Amino acid sequence: MIETNGKLRHNRLIILRSDLSAKAVRQKGRKLIEFERVAHSYSGGELFNEVSLRLAPGSFHFLTGPSGSGKTTFLKLCYGALVPSSGVVRIFDDDVRQMSRDDIALARRRVGVVHQDCQFLDHLTLRENLALPLTVSGHEALDDDANLKELMGWVGLTSRADALPPELSGGERQRAALARALIMSPDVILADEPTGNVDWEMSQRLLTLLIELNRMGKTIMIATHDLGLIRAAKNHVQARVLRISGRRLQLAGADL
Amino acid sequence: MSVLRSVIDFAIGDAQAEKAVPPTGFTVRLTVFSAAAMAFLVVFALALSLAAGRLADRWSDELARSATVRISAPAAQMAAQTEAALNVLRTTEGVESARALSLEEQRALLAPWFGPELPLDALQLPQMIEVIETASGFDGDGLRLRLAGEVPGAVLDNHARWRGPLVSAASSLRLLGWVSIVLIALATGAMITLAANAALAANAQVIAVMRLVGARDSYIAQAFMRRFTLRALAGAAGGTLFGAFALLLLPSASEEGGFLTGLGLQGAHWFLLILIPILAAVVAFLATRLAAHNTLRSLT
Repeated sequence: MIETNGKLRHNRLIILRSDLSAKAVRQKGRKLIEFERVAHSYSGGELFNEVSLRLAPGSFHFLTGPSGSGKTTFLKLCYGALVPSSGVVRIFDDDVRQMSRDDIALARRRVGVVHQDCQFLDHLTLRENLALPLTVSGHEALDDDANLKELMGWVGLTSRADALPPELSGGERQRAALARALIMSPDVILADEPTGNVDWEMSQRLLTLLIELNRMGKTIMIATHDLGLIRAAKNHVQARVLRISGRRLQLAGADL
Repeated sequence: MSVLRSVIDFAIGDAQAEKAVPPTGFTVRLTVFSAAAMAFLVVFALALSLAAGRLADRWSDELARSATVRISAPAAQMAAQTEAALNVLRTTEGVESARALSLEEQRALLAPWFGPELPLDALQLPQMIEVIETASGFDGDGLRLRLAGEVPGAVLDNHARWRGPLVSAASSLRLLGWVSIVLIALATGAMITLAANAALAANAQVIAVMRLVGARDSYIAQAFMRRFTLRALAGAAGGTLFGAFALLLLPSASEEGGFLTGLGLQGAHWFLLILIPILAAVVAFLATRLAAHNTLRSLT
């Protein structure tokens, strides 16, 4: 059961909703991220092969599989942190092999990434950390101040704005990572074990936030081995569950 | 203008980008210190090179236009041979003037070696004739032949024997000074590269986070480049000032002191010192740029 006390303020999330209608129309039928017969190996050992997948706008995916099966690698391929050993990965219709480092950087502004061990710049306050994607993309921080405040309120971190990352709890860090991933209003949100370091209550709260984002039109992919989380989500969102097993990507069945 | 604009923009910098990279203690001190020390050395290398250049030019110019005729003859014939030699010289094309040195002048020439009380009257000394050439110069071989025919005791010395090595030595010293400046610049670049690499390694997590949120390599590199460039500029400015002050403390140029007391800078050459911090900043900029882009290319 997903808790609904996340107190989502739908009417206030201008940053996430403002461009939604135009973008959703524009993206209709477009592939945000596409895998075509992708294989990836580490040090000679093959993690997976023959993986083909299309992430359509507004879709919600869970990626599951045992530890070491390649979930994190799969996500890294999705945002251009890795290049596949073979096959083609396209990010916003561009073949990742043909993309320059600047192209990859620009693509990452449209892909929000949340890691389990979310990293921040420890010498900056939470507010400055959340504004970092804006800063690096040349936005004037003042112009986005209202959006930033709104986003911090949405993830329940307004009172922690001036705290340094080491002063945050695990749950606060996860929500902060989510907020940072959202500040650029990305098309896709990739979350790698976002609930791995938090208690059940906080994991439900995070899931609620992600589901809400999906309702706003964002494409979500969550890598997790927490089947309870997947079952809880399926009551509220139409999600595809993918499983990496036997070096193949499979659509998980009704056992979930 | 666009280059100037770029330099100004770079100097002003992006406060947010600067802030994203935390200050790193020891690389700051290393860069400032090495830039200051190297600038101090460059001041002296520059002073050495310029002084050697001045010396080479002076020797070359002064000695090239003068020659000496030495007359060794029995005392009874000395005056006649001197007069004959002067006559030959006055009628030689390319000789502007010729003058027999007085006894006092010859004493002054010998004084550094034998002291001022030298009894020249008691010694059998050759008579020296100073010859000043015109700009086109004279035919040395022709003059020697005429002197040999008309003044048996005369020997022409146009200083070529020792002028060449002296000028060559001074020119080599000048070249050595410039080579030193280039080597110091390269060493500064190497040290700043090491410091920048250390700073980049220490900030691996910062770089990873910035890449993750969409920062371009140029944006990340810029933060490091600006920091190291300004540190090198500040350190080199301090080192240059210190070096200039040390040059002022050197004894001023004098005839007695010869080359060593002429090591300081003269006239407009002082303005060349302004170029040292700028050169250090350019070296730091290029070294950090190279280090940053090499490091960033190895990251995903």
